[in-house]
Amino acid sequence: MRPGAAKWRRIRALTLKETRQILRDPSSIAIGVIFPLMMILLFGYGLSLDVSRVSVAVVDEDASSDSASLIGAFQLSPYFGVTAVHSMAEAKTLVMNRKADGALLIPSDFSRRWHAGGAEVQILVNGTDANQARIMQAYAQGPVAQWSATRAGASFSAGPVIVVDRLWFNESNDSHYFLVPGLIVLVMTIIGAFLTAMVVAREWERGTLEALFVTPMRAGEFLASKFLPYFGLGMIGFLLCLLAGQFLFHVPLRGSVALLCLASMIYLLVALGIGLLVSTLVKSQFLASQLAMLLTFLPAMMLSGFLYDLRSMPAFIRGITYALPARYAVALMQTLYLAGDVGSVVWPNLGVLAAMAAALMIVTRLVTRKRIS
Amino acid sequence: MSPSLLRILALIRKEFLAVLKDPRSRFIIFLPPILQCMIFGYAASFDLNSVPYAVLNQDHSAASTDFLSRLDGSGVFRRRADLDRTKDVSAWIDSSRALVVIRIDQDFGRRLVAGETAQVEVIADGRNSNTAGTALGYLGAVVDNFNADWRSRHRQPAPPIRIVTRSWYNPNLDSRWSMIPSLIGTLTMMGTLMLTALSVAREREQGTFDQLLVTPFTPVEIMVGKAVPNMVIGLTQSTTILLVAQFWFHIPFVGSFVVLYAGLGLFLMAAVGLGLFVSSIAMTMQQAMLYAFLLVMPFALLSGLTTPITSMPEFLQSAMAINPLRYALDLTKRVYLEDAGFAQLLSDFLPLTIIGVVTLAGAAWLFSRRLA
Repeated sequence: MRPGAAKWRRIRALTLKETRQILRDPSSIAIGVIFPLMMILLFGYGLSLDVSRVSVAVVDEDASSDSASLIGAFQLSPYFGVTAVHSMAEAKTLVMNRKADGALLIPSDFSRRWHAGGAEVQILVNGTDANQARIMQAYAQGPVAQWSATRAGASFSAGPVIVVDRLWFNESNDSHYFLVPGLIVLVMTIIGAFLTAMVVAREWERGTLEALFVTPMRAGEFLASKFLPYFGLGMIGFLLCLLAGQFLFHVPLRGSVALLCLASMIYLLVALGIGLLVSTLVKSQFLASQLAMLLTFLPAMMLSGFLYDLRSMPAFIRGITYALPARYAVALMQTLYLAGDVGSVVWPNLGVLAAMAAALMIVTRLVTRKRIS
Repeated sequence: MSPSLLRILALIRKEFLAVLKDPRSRFIIFLPPILQCMIFGYAASFDLNSVPYAVLNQDHSAASTDFLSRLDGSGVFRRRADLDRTKDVSAWIDSSRALVVIRIDQDFGRRLVAGETAQVEVIADGRNSNTAGTALGYLGAVVDNFNADWRSRHRQPAPPIRIVTRSWYNPNLDSRWSMIPSLIGTLTMMGTLMLTALSVAREREQGTFDQLLVTPFTPVEIMVGKAVPNMVIGLTQSTTILLVAQFWFHIPFVGSFVVLYAGLGLFLMAAVGLGLFVSSIAMTMQQAMLYAFLLVMPFALLSGLTTPITSMPEFLQSAMAINPLRYALDLTKRVYLEDAGFAQLLSDFLPLTIIGVVTLAGAAWLFSRRLA
């Protein structure tokens, strides 16, 4: 037999063995199919930053018809539930016991100062959840502005400068628009790096890798047989996310499908490369799984621009993100999905990912060759 | 001392040795919580440090120049370009070089001086709509400031009502103050649950579990021997994060350590119980790892860590009644920032106790059934 043919036969045999191992282990299927579905549902339906009805404790020190009508404006607002209390101490107790989310204080000189042309009210929020507190502050503007507009009538207008804003790429401000592209990256990371991190380490731990040493198998053939099945599993995850984006969440895909697939494949190669490299280096399943979590999942979730914007991070953390493949993948996915085939974003990011993929392949192959010879 | 207790103590000692003797695994138990705490602490924020923007100023009046210099002086907005033509706008947004583009019409200054309302048109990159919303919020604050100054300088009436906002427990509404105390529970749960699940699976895979079974240990003794060391490691991880929060991030701890550790103890019972539960289903380390992950993910994402529980759909809210992490998060934050006591935290302590006891007892039952 020609040596080339023997090589392909070996790769095929090993790939077949690996594929069977995946198919027979319920946990691989769980991570390949159930995990993407679970993430789609969690991110699609579970996560929302909107604040539902806020309950506010009202302290009315003024007790005038003006303050009563202001409280009325809060009662009419769909965002607020109102509880009347007698003192700020009482309001704080309610907040501490989670019977109220914040307080509205109408000072005793409210009515007098309103007629003099400059009244003040206080909104107190519970800063334990800073994000929600900020949203509540913003919501409180609504009833107050509405009340003062009806009271003051035409004698006062907003401005002089007003802002007219337009949100490009996501006109209806739907958070699924940025969650779905990020989700693809997250799912590929888990399937690519997490599963493969344990694969080679398992063979080391169980001693089955030594059994392979005595065969004519080469490092490259061994790696190819590890790559191919998990690549297939990763692409199934990608496909599930793609379908969910289209048919469940109706996220527009403005770029080309071909580029999206290409970008996903290259990112998957990077994730697989990290998983295999970690696995080959540490030779222990426990360590490999923990390292994969630290090096791939966590960065993909936290440092990629998926949930938290890179522009909100301090400079040195932002510096670190340049070394992380997930950053480039998220930028690619978000742009391809929402903005379209923007050359100045797509090609540099794709280039970095391709270079990372190539480098990882070469290093993994070198390390494997060293380890098994 | 009863022989049973002696046996358990020996097992606990063995378990500690198994985990702590390997320097690499020692490392992997304490490094991730610290590293994760740093990453979350610095990265998990919706506040923006810089907003790159481009401006298309068709007005060039003193008013518009003043407005833009206020924007540049805000410390957040960074001007990347002055555009000449409307068609340049899309190039700056598309390539992500600018997060917002501000367009000022040619009659901006004239309208302001005439006492009319002037418009500033803002185009924001909505690829991350959350970020865009935050940037627009910052812009709104700059505009409010400009308006107030303009009114007082031109003797226009001030707005008749002003809202003064103050905040309890977190005076500057720093999102880090909310995030980092939440990590005590979250990171400890991730670490402890996985460690527990993997420690049994590893013994099973390496065959040492079978050796344990031929010793006089009863299944419950084996389980206690696994549970106690992992709870101790979990408490150590919690303490590590608590120390990082106080001494690295300088978030003042105002509560009582007794209340905090009572809550954490109950919470760790649940975390270890869930870990043992996973390990009684998993036959290999890979399975233990992946099942643990599939369990931790929804618990962590739906705990109120990133988004409020009250915003979730009804059925998820009721499903989360069994999530130990949501009670632990509520408890740690309220003890840490608000000095809440047992009486206020009854709604956390009660479910945590029930979940802790039920999961640990359930795990014991499953464990002994699998062994029998």
